[in-house]
Amino acid sequence: MSIATKANAIWQYANPKKFLATTERVLPFFWISAAICLAVGLVWGFFFTPDDFRQGSTVKIIYLHVPSALMAINCWLMMLVTSLVWLVRRHHVSALAARAAAPIGVVMTLIALITGAIWGQPMWGTWWAWDPRLTSFLILFLFYLGYIALWEAIEDPDTAADLTSVLCLVGSVFAILSRYAVNFWNQGLHQGASVMRAGAVTGTDTTEKVSNVFFYPLFLCIIGFVLLFIALVLYRTGTEIRARRIRALLARERAGA
Amino acid sequence: MIALLLRDLKLAMRAGGGFGLGLVFFLIVTTLVPFAVGPQSDLLASIAPGVLWLGALLACLLSLDRLLALDWEDGTLDLLATAPLPLEAVVSVKALAHWITTGLPLVLAAPVFGVLLNLPAPGFFWLVASLAVGTPALSVVGTFGAALTVGLKRGGLLLSLLVLPLYVPTLIFGAEVARRGAQGMETGTPLLMLAGITLATIALLPFASAAVLRVNLR
Repeated sequence: MSIATKANAIWQYANPKKFLATTERVLPFFWISAAICLAVGLVWGFFFTPDDFRQGSTVKIIYLHVPSALMAINCWLMMLVTSLVWLVRRHHVSALAARAAAPIGVVMTLIALITGAIWGQPMWGTWWAWDPRLTSFLILFLFYLGYIALWEAIEDPDTAADLTSVLCLVGSVFAILSRYAVNFWNQGLHQGASVMRAGAVTGTDTTEKVSNVFFYPLFLCIIGFVLLFIALVLYRTGTEIRARRIRALLARERAGA
Repeated sequence: MIALLLRDLKLAMRAGGGFGLGLVFFLIVTTLVPFAVGPQSDLLASIAPGVLWLGALLACLLSLDRLLALDWEDGTLDLLATAPLPLEAVVSVKALAHWITTGLPLVLAAPVFGVLLNLPAPGFFWLVASLAVGTPALSVVGTFGAALTVGLKRGGLLLSLLVLPLYVPTLIFGAEVARRGAQGMETGTPLLMLAGITLATIALLPFASAAVLRVNLR
């Protein structure tokens, strides 16, 4: 298959009808596999891994904390990509997917913040510290809220899609800037990246690494969250497309009457 | 461009309230802080740089919703969009006018407010320097926010929600310069970062502002 036809293979889903037909077929697989991964991962993680010798059983909150934090960031990345696609190629499905993903991102950010607070209370002795990672997540949360509020505030769907897309692009730059500014501003309590670091996974770098006992169920949970996120985005995008259709039908009916 | 700038400045001066209002707001915030945290002078001295920066930021935010809304309501913006002047230049001039009417007075008046909050002597120069370098970014980012929300009936609150997160890097580095300056520490790094952010926003953000303004004028 040449590159051109491969590229076309993605763009054909810009057709809402094709998109709905395909997602309806693949959605059950995503739901079921997400449920299996999460169920196995969480049960394995919660009941069949040993307590950490210093952190006790509180360590097990990482099975929710790490995957949700990961998805909170990746959700914004996905919105950035779909916003770019909307701005460049004007595919409505793309704009609607960005709209559909935003509330999921908010919830993921909130889960990461809350589970972090619950873990931080016994471990650091405080619910909240102005640590760079915590602070940047709070800022990310604010970016999500502003993005959603802008979608809700504008009536014309195409204008809303355009404006939120530009906001997403500008916001991404400022979010990264804030991340580094916050790093500069305060040294943190939060540990560095210790799960997805290349050296930590291959075992060459053992300085601060999540033990394999915890890593396997954690990895399963991460995959589960990814699948859950995909399922939710596809499902919500479908809902947005149908809502848009209802709008169009109502408008047509009103014009006809 | 100069004609547009002069027009905006004239409007701000003669409309009453536009020019000095931000400054009075800044004064009120500065007056309220000691009531809220207590009058101990060493406490005030330690929080003065942050409070002054926050006050400047809020005073700047206060005047943003009028920045483009008036011209939008009476149709001036449509005329400006069809004028030979590119829309990017129009929003840049608007941001410049906003800075001259709100940012510049704040920069000049900041030392007086610093006295009120018992700012340590070495801090004055760095406070003024950080505000002078940082406030243009506040105006440019604010213009972007105003362009985003110009078509909305009640855009004011939404505008703050959109713009305030974008102010985070400027606030962090600006307040850091003022704080380090007040404690007599080295200020080069945050000042350079602040200047970098300001210059980058001035260079790039007018394009985004003009783009969203075009969408809103469609």
